[in-house]
Amino acid sequence: MSAPVATPARVDNTSRRRSLWRRIGFIATFGLVALSVTRLISGQEVLTDTGTAQAVLALTLPVALAGLGGLVCERAGVVNIGLEGMMILGTWGAGFAGYQWGPWAALAGAVLGGLFGGLLHAIATVTFGVDHIVSGVAINLLAAGAVRFLSELLYAGVAGGGPTQSPSIKGGTPTFDVPVLAGGPDLLGRLERTHLVLLSDVAGLLRGLLLHVNVFQVIGVLLFPLVGFVLWRTAFGLRLRSAGENPWAAESLGVNVIRAKYVAVLASGALAGLGGLFLVLFSGLYKEGQTGGRGYIGLAAMIFGNWRPGGLASGALLFGYTDAIRLRSTGSTAVLALFLFAAIAVGALGIWWLRQGRRMAGSAFIGLGVAFLLGYLGLDSLPNEVTTVTPYIVTLVVLAVSSQSLRPPKADGIPYRRGEDR
Amino acid sequence: MSTVSTERPDDADAPAGAPVIELRGITKRFPGVVANSDVNLTVGRGEVHAVVGENGAGKSTLMKTLYGMHQPDEGTILLEGRPVVFRTPTAAIAAGIGMVHQHFMLADNFTVLENIILGSEPERGGRIDFEAARAKVLQISDSYGLGLRPDRLVEDLSVADQQRVEIAKVLYRGARVLILDEPTAVLVPQEVDELFANLAGLRAEGLSVIFISHKLDEVLKVADRITVIRRGTTVGTADPRSVTARQLAEMMVGSELPVPETRESTVTDHVQLGVRGVTAVGSEGTTVLDDISFDLHRGEVVGFAGVEGNGQSELVEMLLGLVHPTAGSVTLDGEDITAWSTERRRERGIAFVPEDRHRQALLLDAPLWENRVLGHQWSQALFRRGFLRRRSARDDTSRIMREYDVRAPGPDTLAGALSGGNQQKLIIGRELEGGPSVLVAAHPTRGVDVGAQAAIWDRIRDARSDGLATLLISADLEELIGLSDTLYVILRGRLVARLDPATVTPEDLGSYMTGAAGDDGGAPATDPRPAPGTHPKGTPA
Amino acid sequence: MNRLRRGVVTGLVPAVVALLVSLVVLAVVLALLGVDPVKSLKALFDFGPTPRAESNQVRTWINRSVPLFLSGLAVSVGFRMNLFNIGVEGQYSVAAVVAAAAGAMVHLPRPLHIAFILLVAMAAGAAYASVPAVLKVKRGVNEVITTIMLNSIAVGLIAYLLRGPLHDPALPKNASPSTRPLPESAWFPGFRSVFESFGLQPPSREVGGFIFVAIVVGVIVAVLMSRTRFGFALRASGRNSTAAAASGIPAGRMTMQAMLLSGALAGLVGMPQVLGEDHAYGINFVAGLGFSGIAVALLGRNSPGGIAAAALLFAFLDRAGPSLQRVDIPPSVVIITQGVIVLSVVIVNEVARRMLERSEERRVGGARSATPPAAPQAAEVSA
Repeated sequence: MSAPVATPARVDNTSRRRSLWRRIGFIATFGLVALSVTRLISGQEVLTDTGTAQAVLALTLPVALAGLGGLVCERAGVVNIGLEGMMILGTWGAGFAGYQWGPWAALAGAVLGGLFGGLLHAIATVTFGVDHIVSGVAINLLAAGAVRFLSELLYAGVAGGGPTQSPSIKGGTPTFDVPVLAGGPDLLGRLERTHLVLLSDVAGLLRGLLLHVNVFQVIGVLLFPLVGFVLWRTAFGLRLRSAGENPWAAESLGVNVIRAKYVAVLASGALAGLGGLFLVLFSGLYKEGQTGGRGYIGLAAMIFGNWRPGGLASGALLFGYTDAIRLRSTGSTAVLALFLFAAIAVGALGIWWLRQGRRMAGSAFIGLGVAFLLGYLGLDSLPNEVTTVTPYIVTLVVLAVSSQSLRPPKADGIPYRRGEDR
Repeated sequence: MSTVSTERPDDADAPAGAPVIELRGITKRFPGVVANSDVNLTVGRGEVHAVVGENGAGKSTLMKTLYGMHQPDEGTILLEGRPVVFRTPTAAIAAGIGMVHQHFMLADNFTVLENIILGSEPERGGRIDFEAARAKVLQISDSYGLGLRPDRLVEDLSVADQQRVEIAKVLYRGARVLILDEPTAVLVPQEVDELFANLAGLRAEGLSVIFISHKLDEVLKVADRITVIRRGTTVGTADPRSVTARQLAEMMVGSELPVPETRESTVTDHVQLGVRGVTAVGSEGTTVLDDISFDLHRGEVVGFAGVEGNGQSELVEMLLGLVHPTAGSVTLDGEDITAWSTERRRERGIAFVPEDRHRQALLLDAPLWENRVLGHQWSQALFRRGFLRRRSARDDTSRIMREYDVRAPGPDTLAGALSGGNQQKLIIGRELEGGPSVLVAAHPTRGVDVGAQAAIWDRIRDARSDGLATLLISADLEELIGLSDTLYVILRGRLVARLDPATVTPEDLGSYMTGAAGDDGGAPATDPRPAPGTHPKGTPA
Repeated sequence: MNRLRRGVVTGLVPAVVALLVSLVVLAVVLALLGVDPVKSLKALFDFGPTPRAESNQVRTWINRSVPLFLSGLAVSVGFRMNLFNIGVEGQYSVAAVVAAAAGAMVHLPRPLHIAFILLVAMAAGAAYASVPAVLKVKRGVNEVITTIMLNSIAVGLIAYLLRGPLHDPALPKNASPSTRPLPESAWFPGFRSVFESFGLQPPSREVGGFIFVAIVVGVIVAVLMSRTRFGFALRASGRNSTAAAASGIPAGRMTMQAMLLSGALAGLVGMPQVLGEDHAYGINFVAGLGFSGIAVALLGRNSPGGIAAAALLFAFLDRAGPSLQRVDIPPSVVIITQGVIVLSVVIVNEVARRMLERSEERRVGGARSATPPAAPQAAEVSA
């Protein structure tokens, strides 16, 4: 009967990962080229200049961090719809601490605010077994009410504050410029000003990430590889993920599933709260409604990214980029230019699908691409209201496109009780 | 038939060496039931000790106590003579006790390696030391002949391979006592032999194995000593060399085990369900059903044998209308129903007893009468002009409960509170009461106690003589062979053999199921009886 | 006897316990923040300084509860099918603006005119709800995220419509945008004379008559859910979509139907205001009813009776705004109260459900031992 001795079959996992990187590289390159071409044709410099890149970073981080919180939480098997509420609590905490004690206090306030929301969610879902989505919705309602109530109570009579906003944050955040490339000789700046195809675009985008970088943004960005490392390379991370894949198996091996879920949910609250910090820093104060649904968009980015930090970041970037263009666009010209980009991207995807034999999806997307092209050529401007809702439409489309071949954690959303039989 | 070397130590009267594990007077209660009552068990070193009892007798509960998943209400556990208390599985694992569960505790999306090291990860500088882990896993694999591939995803493995990963899990943690809970329930005879060879290897190394089963033939083949449990308490210990299966059965249930045998043939000429050239494609694009053709006659039970995952579930889904074939046709009483919806097929008389009753047949949070109505939305007795006739439904449910011996306080009881056997009896009752012409039954007695099992077999037999055409899928080869009039084997979506249940043995059946038989180059064994579509030899009822 | 007892235990008792828990939690939180909890509670029950003010608050109470009830009803239909229609917010707003504009363009005798507007509102709400429904059924996209996105999109869509195609051309340039005013044949009648029969002073303005429509709708939905084949199929699919599908109830079709019904009901939410008060859709239109509807549905345990009670409760809290302000307590204490109530309710509900499960198991176990012995089994342990 003796079965053959197993040769270490590392081929399976690594070869899969290698082809994934190759695909990512291809898509990224294609995207950059398409963007560059769009800039040249439309003449909209704002599509790839430094200011945009800076805005992208500032606007992506809230969504990305909320999504990262969602990822950590769902990897442990707990669905967290309440990210929006936790982010709201984070913005309020950042405003409250920030106007009194400065930006670092704002950081603490944001994290604590989000943590509180996370604690509520953890107690409801992990200890009491409430349906995850119901708990999340309840927390969103509670958070919205709580911040209004607290603002009414605590900002009454405070200069600059009111029932829907806090006074401005005291002091500014420390920033620095990356030397050589962005500061000093400013090589990237020179490259950008050449307006050469692709080179100038890459330079512009890169420079935006290296100029006036603030410390918090660095922390925010570093959290992504950190979370990836913890989840996939440490024992704690393995146990946390097992809580989301098969908590009963984990329990049978002595893993403290309850504790893993608690840590995950609390961490997700903290991350969402941290995302709120960046919204506050961007505006300079807390304002009601600041989050604008970014908690949910973060969830969408997480789904788009197949519950992996890298994919999540790219999804968030997509949103952040559209948001940045919308903000920096004079009138709606730049957004309109994005139509051209969309035409190229969507059309290319359609052609790709046709070649794969998916005729309906392929022709639908080619038709959509043509529609975008006609829109770009025909329209002079878009109504203001349409530009404001572009990010939400983009989210919808992204979700619709990507929802099929996904692999969520197997026990995601399933209530778990210690010692029960499956 | 391959023989398994199971060398037994010379003196089998006393346990081999000092007892490693001793359970004394274990009692465990749950709300509403006493699962274990004063159970005694002694296991020696280097011994394979079988614990037998029917479904529901309390074997798993006992093992969970030993494994630390819960505490006994009374009694003590002794490990090598010293009393111990296991508050958590971690404590039991640390003491050298490992459990291989009946329903595998594996994370499908994790690799073999990740599943094995979970909870006991080797670390180096804060990170998992994957190299050390892999080396140790391969070493265990070699020592015990498990054939593990550490970087495969568990969901890609066969059931037998997954079981070996479970065994590796406990060996990795240095288990000296292994508990195997119904390990052969999902294996074909050849894989069972492989497993027994593994166990012999373990025994040779001085490890002890506690082997829980209700399959008496296997137990007699592999065990050194046997403990019988009935209704939560120990009935006695037996020596496999001197006891017969029949005596064991009597100890287990107090009488002979029911046998799913059918006597006279009730098969008629009339083709109730005809399947021709059905091909279906799964979600991944692979072919899950490949040119399937067979006839199901009135008064006939057609059985399908196959290793899980070879197309049985897809066949059932196709017949029910949940999935539509890409080619071929299905006829009901001569009418082409290939494109019909599930609703229409149910209305026309196709009844369904699914393999996973919790997922596919019951609303656990709903009362029994709502469960009775489920699947019968078309019934005039239960609905009038779109409105639910509550009184009729409840009365009818009470009647079914009486006739089919469903033990529950009343039709308002929530379905989730019933035992598996009672749930299954209700399902059979509601399905048969609709007066169907075809019954699709997938593993109808899985996880059901002996009493309910016998009752269900009786019902199927009775309905069969009344003319019901039954399609039976089962992993219980005895059930298949005993109940079927015709037997097919399904492998990789194709019907590879048509056999006569009267003459086939479980070993032969196992060969066909794993594909060993057909690969010899010989023609696939066929039933000497005429092929479908021609006049059957059996005398009509 | 048995069923009534179970209904009380599963419905009423957890709700009462949850309310008590919320009161305690709230009292603690308020005290910590320096707000007097006792004073707040008293202010909640204070209906006003004069009899006319009291009647006005009663009027507000009734008027506020009607759209809340309808919103909760809409959400609960989705919940029964295990769908989270967070999009009621967007659906009712879109339905209201479309119905108001359509209603202003026709002239019909009163009952027909109102019926026409209601039908347009329901159709518009259902249409807007069909987007997340299709995405869910065809692409498997989670409806929570899509409905929330659509809520935000609705805001922009409505702003655009109000400024553009549906704008009332008769309004002066600087006036806030609104649809054309509805002709009188579309005004929903109100009432206030009933107050006198209760010995109260009639309020300054009428109570909306739409409450009767709401009651009728509630009864219809209740009967539909619990007594028809459609309701049975919907609830079965919500409980276990796999078992329902194997029993002839296709999940995709049920999802579509449930979402469309939910959207249609959502369309009615804005009607009391459009037909009974403003007679047009303008910036005064009340927002946030969709989210409150979720809270009301959760509190009311998805049953129309419970939802009615919950709507009355929330409206009761809402109307206390002026009374709270009079004693210098921020009126948003009401919002936070509602939030705390929701969270307590969902937790207490879950605890109650588990307790019920165990008592059921105990009951069945007892019944089993009373009958001739079969092999004993703990619930679903394959022993």
